[in-house]
Amino acid sequence: MNMMAETTTEPKQGQTMSDPAIKMMGKNVTVHYGTKQALFDVNLPIRQNTVTALIGPSGCGKSTFLRCLNRMNDTIDNCRVGGEITLDGQDIYDPSIDVVELRARVGMVFQKPNPFPKSIYENVAYGPRIHGLARNKAELDQIVETSLMKAGLWNEVKDRLNEAGTGLSGGQQQRLCIARAVAVSPEVILMDEPCSALDPIATAKVEELIHELRLNFTIVIVTHSMQQAARVSQRTAMFHLGNLVEENDTDKIFTNPDESRTQDYIMGRFG
Amino acid sequence: MSAAISQVQTVDWHSPAIEARRKSRYAAEARLKAYGLIAIVFALGFLAILIGSLIYSGHKAFVQTVASVEIDLSAAGVDKAKIADANWKGIVKQALLDLGDAKSLPKREQKKYLDIFTDSAAYLVRDAVIADPSRLEGKSTFVIPLSDPFDQLAKGEVSRQTPEAQRRVSDKDIAAFDALVAKGVIAKPFNWGLLFNADSRFPELAGLAGAISGSFWSIVVCFAISFPVGIAAAIYLEEFAPKNRWTDLIEININNLAAVPSVVFGLLGLAVFLGWFGLPRSAPLVGGLVLALMTLPTLIIVTRVSLKAVPGSIREAALGIGASKHEAIFHHILPLAMPTVMTGTIISLARALGETAPLLLIGMNAFMTSAAHGIFDASTALPTQIYIWSDSPERGFVARTSAAILVLLAFLVLMNGIAIFLRQRFERRW
Repeated sequence: MNMMAETTTEPKQGQTMSDPAIKMMGKNVTVHYGTKQALFDVNLPIRQNTVTALIGPSGCGKSTFLRCLNRMNDTIDNCRVGGEITLDGQDIYDPSIDVVELRARVGMVFQKPNPFPKSIYENVAYGPRIHGLARNKAELDQIVETSLMKAGLWNEVKDRLNEAGTGLSGGQQQRLCIARAVAVSPEVILMDEPCSALDPIATAKVEELIHELRLNFTIVIVTHSMQQAARVSQRTAMFHLGNLVEENDTDKIFTNPDESRTQDYIMGRFG
Repeated sequence: MSAAISQVQTVDWHSPAIEARRKSRYAAEARLKAYGLIAIVFALGFLAILIGSLIYSGHKAFVQTVASVEIDLSAAGVDKAKIADANWKGIVKQALLDLGDAKSLPKREQKKYLDIFTDSAAYLVRDAVIADPSRLEGKSTFVIPLSDPFDQLAKGEVSRQTPEAQRRVSDKDIAAFDALVAKGVIAKPFNWGLLFNADSRFPELAGLAGAISGSFWSIVVCFAISFPVGIAAAIYLEEFAPKNRWTDLIEININNLAAVPSVVFGLLGLAVFLGWFGLPRSAPLVGGLVLALMTLPTLIIVTRVSLKAVPGSIREAALGIGASKHEAIFHHILPLAMPTVMTGTIISLARALGETAPLLLIGMNAFMTSAAHGIFDASTALPTQIYIWSDSPERGFVARTSAAILVLLAFLVLMNGIAIFLRQRFERRW
């Protein structure tokens, strides 16, 4: 019940926070896969401590844009990114940028829960360990515990941290992945349809979690579910055929969008 | 048009035509099953024939006819400081003559009688005493293998019904042998010499120690080279190399190399390792290098396939929290691919273990009467030993060839067993 009250007050808080600072900014972002262009001059700000939802029909480029934000597209052979994406004013595609550092600052949660086939503890501890965030075992234990708490998983797994992460249920696995992302203290967390493989109860838990995470992190979430976008986000960006149709406060997008295409998509007339 | 779409076709699922069709579909399935079953029975049958014939012809080599002779060395006057220099031939000869009460025979017949025992009896006794000098103190019993013709006689390979002129043992010899049997000094214990003796011209003494040690060192060298090189090459090609014409060319060549006949690798080893580098002939080092070249392509292919089989989501998960490519590979992808890689490695090593042609070309069919103690000692290998023995005229080598094949097969089965165990034990499912 408490949670319900909180969720209803959230959007109002979002409105009173007059224009939070811009954390990331995409300027004229274009993406080509080989000869096929997937994104056309996308200009999209990502605001600090805000949940930005990217919506649009399949193949509209929303996931492609998301994956540009932490350069996961680098792993795709023939993918070329044009334009400029900044993080705190700095171009992340600049050759001087270290992609390892970037991905530590901009974490990611994937569509399908993908815990490492290791213990729950090792899953969360892996990131802090490779980045050297803990000086000793006690500090590492602390990071694991707080990360799992932030992901709302601590109470469920505290007695079996040494069991395999892959043995958890789907929803728990996804929250474990969120804990793993949170453990390296990123500034931005990208979520690529994080609930598409989960049942409604697990989805509700993850959404609840996103609300809490917003206080500490900037979140960008790709979703196919209009309701989810409306529930979790403060800003919404609508993509269609590789173009950004419009970007605005979630309330406005869902009640009174500027573009008819947005209206049609939200009403379920296409997509 | 719309009328045609809205029209619902009614099907009579029990019409004769449809029933016949269904029946023929089931029949096709039954035939396919039968073909598969026949193929398996066929394969198993041939395997059974192979193993059965090997056991039939080889099982007698696993026992060796021996005579136990008691020698009182305290009376022989052997100098403890110079055991090797004592007159062992004389001592052993006397003891053997005593055993068969043959001392009174004329010289020529004594010689014929002594032919019952292996030629090397004196050396066997000498070596046994050197190994345990306390035997000089009093009477002790020595086990002397019988020479090949009498070993065969004892095992029933030589028929007593054959006319005397057509067999290697005369009636007199047989009588002397039977006398020994009657005395109860002849026995047929398990032939440990087959595993622990080195090669010999005498079948009764010939064993596989040299071949096993040679094969062991070759496989060690082969593993030490092909495993790291194969994995490194596979990781580079799979994870780092750009996909362009050059890497395509490399890939095609690796696949082609996997299909090159092994004898070609032997020629290469002969020309390069022996000819250019001047490495020692017949050495397991060279054998291992040649086998490594032969194993590498298979290993690279297996490793690439198993790296490819690791789900991309694991790679993304690692990269997504800021792991470098190297960390993603060594912390996550390679460990997950490792069970398959290990299986592939063991199976290709097993194939290398059975490889004969390249080893013949680099001289690993030398006649070596001692086991190899390192990778530089000249030696044979199991398959080449089989080749050598199969070519030897003595009757005893016929059974030993089959026995050696069985030993080789046992090693192969063992290695494949380990591979299966590793796969089942460590395989992960997603």
